[in-house]
Amino acid sequence: MAIKVKLFANFREGRGKIVEVDYTPGMTGQDVIDSLGITAPEIAALIVDGVDGKVDAMLTVPIKEDGYMAIFPPVAGG
Amino acid sequence: MFGYMGKILRINLTTGEIGTEDLDFELAKKYIGGRGLGTKLYMDEVDPKVDPFAAENKIVFINGPLSGTATPTGGRYMVVTKSPLTGCIASSNSGGEWGAYLKYAGYDAIIVEGKASLPVYISIDEEKVEILPALDLWGKMVSETSDALKEKQPGAKVLTIGPAGEKLSQMAAIMNEKDRAAGRSGVGAVMGSKNLKAITVKGNLKPEIANPDGLKAVTKECRTLIKENGVTGGGLPTYGTAVLVNIINEHGVYPTNNFQGGVDPNAEAVSGETLTEKYLIKRNPCHHCPIGCGRWVKSDKSPDGIGGPEYETLWVFAADLGIDDMEVVIDANYWCNELGIDTISAGATLAAAMELYQRGYITDEMLDDDVILKFGNADSVVHWLKKMGNREGFGDLLARGSYRLADFFGVPEYSMSVKKQDLPAYDPRGIQGMGLQYATSNRGGCHVRGYLISPEILGLPEKLDRFELAGKPTWAKIFQDLTAVIDSTGLCLFTSFALGAQQYADMLNETLGTNWSADDVLLAGERIWNLEKLFNLEAGISPDEDTLPPRLLEEEMPEGPTKGWVHKLDELLPLYYKERGWDEDGIPTEERLEKLGLL
Ligand code: SF4
Repeated sequence: MAIKVKLFANFREGRGKIVEVDYTPGMTGQDVIDSLGITAPEIAALIVDGVDGKVDAMLTVPIKEDGYMAIFPPVAGG
Repeated sequence: MFGYMGKILRINLTTGEIGTEDLDFELAKKYIGGRGLGTKLYMDEVDPKVDPFAAENKIVFINGPLSGTATPTGGRYMVVTKSPLTGCIASSNSGGEWGAYLKYAGYDAIIVEGKASLPVYISIDEEKVEILPALDLWGKMVSETSDALKEKQPGAKVLTIGPAGEKLSQMAAIMNEKDRAAGRSGVGAVMGSKNLKAITVKGNLKPEIANPDGLKAVTKECRTLIKENGVTGGGLPTYGTAVLVNIINEHGVYPTNNFQGGVDPNAEAVSGETLTEKYLIKRNPCHHCPIGCGRWVKSDKSPDGIGGPEYETLWVFAADLGIDDMEVVIDANYWCNELGIDTISAGATLAAAMELYQRGYITDEMLDDDVILKFGNADSVVHWLKKMGNREGFGDLLARGSYRLADFFGVPEYSMSVKKQDLPAYDPRGIQGMGLQYATSNRGGCHVRGYLISPEILGLPEKLDRFELAGKPTWAKIFQDLTAVIDSTGLCLFTSFALGAQQYADMLNETLGTNWSADDVLLAGERIWNLEKLFNLEAGISPDEDTLPPRLLEEEMPEGPTKGWVHKLDELLPLYYKERGWDEDGIPTEERLEKLGLL
């Protein structure tokens, strides 16, 4: 099984829009971003399986076997 | 007098009189400038019950004390008048260059009163001010008018209305530099009602600065903060505001089909990433702006490209209409700019019309068997925009905005608006603080009166739980008050992604010779907010209008990460009134007004 990781803005550079990461039991967001070479301070917003929250807290949440993550660098507008 | 030019230009279009008056420095400092001072000057002269289109109504064009200085983004101006869309105070802000050049021409503000008998434009430079005939410009599109006036007044910056303003559409914008808009609340129609087509400004004067070396140092510090900030130094310059499409959609608060849903499966097609990859030619920054969120994009309208769409525009002409075609959005944005019409209200009115068609209120016969206004019909967008801007056929009804359109059919609940002004691109059912701010905004449905998307979605300056109610009234008040300050300085709101109240106080202090703290400027912001509220109350806008469309209060979001939520305004509103020091009916108390120096 693989976890689907949706990347946005400059996180796509050299990685693509959607990356699949092999699932291992107990896997968290931190494991996923480690495998992608992204560090927590670079992330402004994070969604794990449809739930958002503070980045540091969300990175410790176990991901579902068929789950997904969406990762955003600092973006804004209005 | 430091910071300000010290002069207000008064122009009476009925009599043709032109005069200058000294700016009251103490009054100016109390209300800062721009939105604050403009509202104060306007309210001192105009009965809030005035008909927005009457000759007795006035319109104020005003920059801020930082406009025309070297501070980052110091080029903006504000238009203050009574809105023909909402009946509330309208203060509509625009970037580009015009605001700075009003200052370079020697003025802090222009108060236009009366009504010309024939179309005119106003030409302003540091030596003379003239009211000149504009019969040859009436009926012309924005770019044609701008080009013609630039030929007549070389070196001038042009502010103008398009056909929508001339024809008194309640959502008409005022345009400057062709593609910058004081877009919201129908301010363009107030110009149109006065037979005023355009205002040109030029000059080389500069304001005197209280402490030039100090301003230089604080400007440098602010520019560094802007450059090093991930948003203002990275996301916005690279992708523009359009970068929001994906993040808002992923949170399930990206309204689709007139707020019937919150997730667009095709959002990527009209995202900031796609705009950048396939259409971007270059950035299109405003005066002295190191951020440059503005886009210049490819189009068949011009081999050199045209001004590109912002986030709100991308949303309203795509997801909100059930369409996913970037070229339709770029075209729609172009035609809104040419016709001089607010993109948010224009698109939202089409969305409301499409829902009315979906529900059988609008029929093919009513549309004279013209192009069908149906969700997903990309051909209908520019077709009906042109008719809306020119008030042709059914377009005449569309030109009044979504509220009046839906109300015409007896179902105003299908207008996704607050105080008759259409909501922007964030569904408040999944952003509780933002919904509170929509409901309480003094100019009606608006995202830039207190951008709570920052903490609730984007994690700036810290991530809040977007569904949580606790603390949101406090956040709403602080954001609203700080925004009122920034809108009064002459700077762009987007600087606030990198700067805080202290930096704005520092820039003002070095410019004006004041000694304000961050708390002092926030108090000025609160004063401005309350002043606007007082105008609305005197204009007859009841606190009952501090609400949201019934759909957002009663119908659960049907899909996505926000599924099952409604907005809980009834719980938040009393807490907000309390936070503001107002009574339980939402009326500012004497005690609070006294503290703010408003009694
Ligand atoms: S950030 Fe964007 S809107 Fe603001 S001044 Fe710069 S270019 Fe203009």
